[in-house]
Amino acid sequence: MTLSVALQHRFGGFDLDVRFEAGRGVTALFGRSGAGKTTIVNAVAGLLRPDTAQISLNTVTFNDARTCLPPHKRRVGYVFQDARLFPHLSVAQNLDYPQRFGARPTGRDRIIEMLGIGALLARRPGTLSGGERQRVALGRALLADPRLLLMDEPLAALDGPRKAEILPYLDRLKSEGTVPILYVSHAVDEVARLADHMVLLSGGRVARQGPLFDVMADPAAVPLLGVREAGAVLRAHVTEHGLDGLSTLRVAAGEVQLMGVQAAVGAEIRLRVLAQDVLLSLDRPTGLSAQNILPVTIAAIREGDGPGAAIALDAGGDTLLARVTSRAVTSMGLTTGQNLFAIIKATSVAQTAISGGAISAKASAP
Amino acid sequence: MMLDPAGWEALRLSLLVGVTATVLALPLAIWVAWLLARRDFWGKSALNAAVHLPLVLPPVVTGYLLLIAFGRTGPAGRFLEETFGLVLAFRWTGAVLAAVVMGFPLMVRAIRLAIEAVDPKLEQAARTLGAPGWAVFRTVTLPLILPGILAGGVMGFAKAIGEFGATITFVANIPGETQTLPSAIYALLQVPGGEDAAIRLVLWACVLALGAVVLSEWLARRVAARIAGT
Repeated sequence: MTLSVALQHRFGGFDLDVRFEAGRGVTALFGRSGAGKTTIVNAVAGLLRPDTAQISLNTVTFNDARTCLPPHKRRVGYVFQDARLFPHLSVAQNLDYPQRFGARPTGRDRIIEMLGIGALLARRPGTLSGGERQRVALGRALLADPRLLLMDEPLAALDGPRKAEILPYLDRLKSEGTVPILYVSHAVDEVARLADHMVLLSGGRVARQGPLFDVMADPAAVPLLGVREAGAVLRAHVTEHGLDGLSTLRVAAGEVQLMGVQAAVGAEIRLRVLAQDVLLSLDRPTGLSAQNILPVTIAAIREGDGPGAAIALDAGGDTLLARVTSRAVTSMGLTTGQNLFAIIKATSVAQTAISGGAISAKASAP
Repeated sequence: MMLDPAGWEALRLSLLVGVTATVLALPLAIWVAWLLARRDFWGKSALNAAVHLPLVLPPVVTGYLLLIAFGRTGPAGRFLEETFGLVLAFRWTGAVLAAVVMGFPLMVRAIRLAIEAVDPKLEQAARTLGAPGWAVFRTVTLPLILPGILAGGVMGFAKAIGEFGATITFVANIPGETQTLPSAIYALLQVPGGEDAAIRLVLWACVLALGAVVLSEWLARRVAARIAGT
């Protein structure tokens, strides 16, 4: 399954020129508002015809110099930010709408069960909550039996609790892995939790693309993600839940102890370690309240335009990202290849579940 | 409320003209309203102006223009007679045409407003779910604009029942053929002692108009409740 996109489009003084591929799993299209994300997704769906475009899914050409396949022939599911349920139809009629036009989805009951919308079938969209509406919209898109699923900020219109209500369903959908997903977002935490690949947009261009773990750990991506949001994502295995509420997790460089981990022992979860929460020390520190000290090697240093510098650290094969001041780089004499220690506070790590149906918990602020 | 035979004939003819004109004009009005609401094309302003012209022209002028074009010697009139054997001038069919032309802008306005109130994002969603263009209209737009169509239909029907100026100019005032309620009332008022019969026809005109409004309100409320999704 490969979606291949190359398009140029000029609108309202904005110049979009992007080229990327999306394979199996979840590909996040990330960028600030106005970066052209929705334009790209609409072009893939066929709702917008770009000035020039080469778009194909496997062997099916969506757009080239001559053709622009109409949306209804693309079999691309689209979950919009606003659910866009048909108000004159019941939930069940909304779900079965694609079947009027030849969609022959398999596992209707399973999809309804997975999304927990079985009790809503007779209801009208007007009576549903925002979260319920978005789940029905997701179900409707899946029941169109799509070859590709587009999701344009499906959580952006929902408040915190509603988001938390939907995310486990997205985890489930992702773990089923039957449909490749192009996921548009400007929320780093959603992307860190869900995506396998990441396409970073900036100023109408693709600034970075690649596997999520690589892009998130790339010092050059820090200004694009925002200095407060940037941070590497690590794979971690839960090894023990302590009686004191601290859990032990194994990462490539050693063990870390964290609070509020809800995944079961043995589960693999994602840890998002914000770059601004990583401290560096030349010697193994002693007499420090922080318990998580990992030996690391400097892989790259990127001094920004401001007073900050982003440092990529090799941590036993994983990459961590730290953000320090340029002054600290100079006074500590940091150079590439240097060995030192990274300190992570147990309370500062955002955790995201990736498999085993585990539910994520965000560590509480210190 | 009892009428003499000529009165009943006028009432029957009015209903016939009203229903026929509404049924004929509605599909075209929906199409034109959709074009004006959803499409950009060369000559859109001209189409819009042409649709609205009968609303602003003196009805007598509209009637006379119809007579020039659709009279037996007019270009459109001769074509219709030679091709389909259809004669409009001084026939009830001509009254229908006058009613269609005069009611058309009212229908288009009501339906266009309804179409513009339908979120195009819903139509986009339908397209991504596999619906081709015509099916999008049939399954999403049309059900959502039903109240507007009802309102437009009632307006057009009421206009057709009450049309006077264009009708009398185009097809005259022939009892049993083109004499609708307003023409009959007008004719009765021209002769001494006709007031009693005229009043009875006036009452009937009121009943028809009120009935149409009440019926459409009731239907619109039912449809709106169905659409509101609650």
